[in-house]
Amino acid sequence: MAEDKFHAIIVGAGPAGSTAAYLLAREGLDVLLIEKGSAPGSKNMFGGRMYSHALHRIIPNFWEEAPVERPVTREIITFLNGGKSVSLNCQDVSWAKPPYHSFTLLRAEFDAWLASKAEEAGAILATNVRVDAPLKEKGKVVGIRAGEDEMLADVVIAADGVNSILAQQSGLSKGFTAGQVATGAKEVIELPAETIRQRFQVEGEQGAVQLFVGDCTRGLRGAGFLYTNKNSVSLGLVIGTAALAQCRVKMSEAVEEFKENPHVTPLIEGGQVAEYSAHLVPEAGLGMQPQLFGDGILVVGDAAGFSLNLGYIVRGMDFAIESGAAAAKAVWKAKVRKDFSRQGLSPYHAFLKESFVMRDLEAYRSAQHFMENERLFNEYPRLITELVSKLFRVDGTPPVHVLAKVMSEVKQQQVSMFQLARDSWKGAKSL
Amino acid sequence: MKRLSIEQLLGIDKFAVDGDEAHIVLDEAVCSRCSSKPCTFACPAGLYTLKVREIVFDYAGCLECGTCRVVCPKASVAMKWKYPRGGFGINFRYG
Repeated sequence: MAEDKFHAIIVGAGPAGSTAAYLLAREGLDVLLIEKGSAPGSKNMFGGRMYSHALHRIIPNFWEEAPVERPVTREIITFLNGGKSVSLNCQDVSWAKPPYHSFTLLRAEFDAWLASKAEEAGAILATNVRVDAPLKEKGKVVGIRAGEDEMLADVVIAADGVNSILAQQSGLSKGFTAGQVATGAKEVIELPAETIRQRFQVEGEQGAVQLFVGDCTRGLRGAGFLYTNKNSVSLGLVIGTAALAQCRVKMSEAVEEFKENPHVTPLIEGGQVAEYSAHLVPEAGLGMQPQLFGDGILVVGDAAGFSLNLGYIVRGMDFAIESGAAAAKAVWKAKVRKDFSRQGLSPYHAFLKESFVMRDLEAYRSAQHFMENERLFNEYPRLITELVSKLFRVDGTPPVHVLAKVMSEVKQQQVSMFQLARDSWKGAKSL
Repeated sequence: MKRLSIEQLLGIDKFAVDGDEAHIVLDEAVCSRCSSKPCTFACPAGLYTLKVREIVFDYAGCLECGTCRVVCPKASVAMKWKYPRGGFGINFRYG
């Protein structure tokens, strides 16, 4: 390389950026990984869980060295309606064995570890640097500008998160609307490991994830979540940003109210709040996808809108890691051909299509539209909680068979049978 | 558990406040003409407050999520939105 030029500058030392940096540095490229925080991870937060498959393919058995919290063996979905709740509780202890299905983790520690892997592989990590804009020459991205400093590279990878300044400033992204994102806020609440084990009925180091649907979001599109870490739980809410803006709900108050929910309080009682954080979640998938590559630039991770919310599965980190890997492959190919133009970087799209990133986003293309249905957060949680509570009730009144109970409850919740059947059909097809 | 106010919640967090540069700057004239002011409730850190009709904004407790920018009906003219300068702002210890 020329003294003053890198092969690749990667902006953002999150999972997408660090994965790309790790793979490119390992191949011997000169890589600069830039992070605006004082350390990688210091600006990052998420709900709490990473599905293992993507990272395991890149760093086999990563869990032996990575700072993960608990392998998740228990999945709970809880419908909330005042004093009533109904939960679906699934346990699979095989998830506590390699290749561990998913892990809860905390981003400050985890992202710092992944960035350190990139450094070990030879990437240069620059922290405390805010990138202000891409550096352009004849319309082609040739580097970045950070304050007074300009740095040159054959290619720039925008791994700068959901609010990607680089994707917007390079003209690849037109930004997004409030309807395409959700606002998440969470509290990390410290609890002794033994308390977590007892309350969530998990063995040893195993963990649980609980999602809550219903009145915790005041009927707004969104959900509550709880992830068990080693010595804390991550508890919070994700609410569609457009809904949040219209309904004049204050997020921090909604989270505090969620903690007072009778179905949540017993889980966190005695805990100490250790941190409050917030973040935007890309929710529109392909609907908010920027152009993924341009002359001298690639977009990865949240910056590219790579995340998926199916209600019962929420994914982001595995997409980020896989897209970082696809970008690294594309850069390698471009380097061999000595062509970093839009055309030269276009294999990135093919690599994404071959991987689960585009395959899954395309397969669940209609999920986002389905999740906009307000009945999912109002009538249906009420219907299921009222119905199941009636199912268990014995009070001396004349017997009513299950079918009649269902019919009367559907009527009570003012849902038509036709609508319920249609929503069920749509849900089963799109989720 | 006793309910925590947003001030108490932010008090638990670690910030390196940039005393020299505000990373979000509002145009008061544009904001005062805004009828909906969604920033005043959508910001998860509650940094946009209403005093009479004026918006009072404090960038110091910003969690850097970007919600204000996306809910603002006049974002392109009403606010200059950037991340804090390198090393400044929120410093998540857990995340």
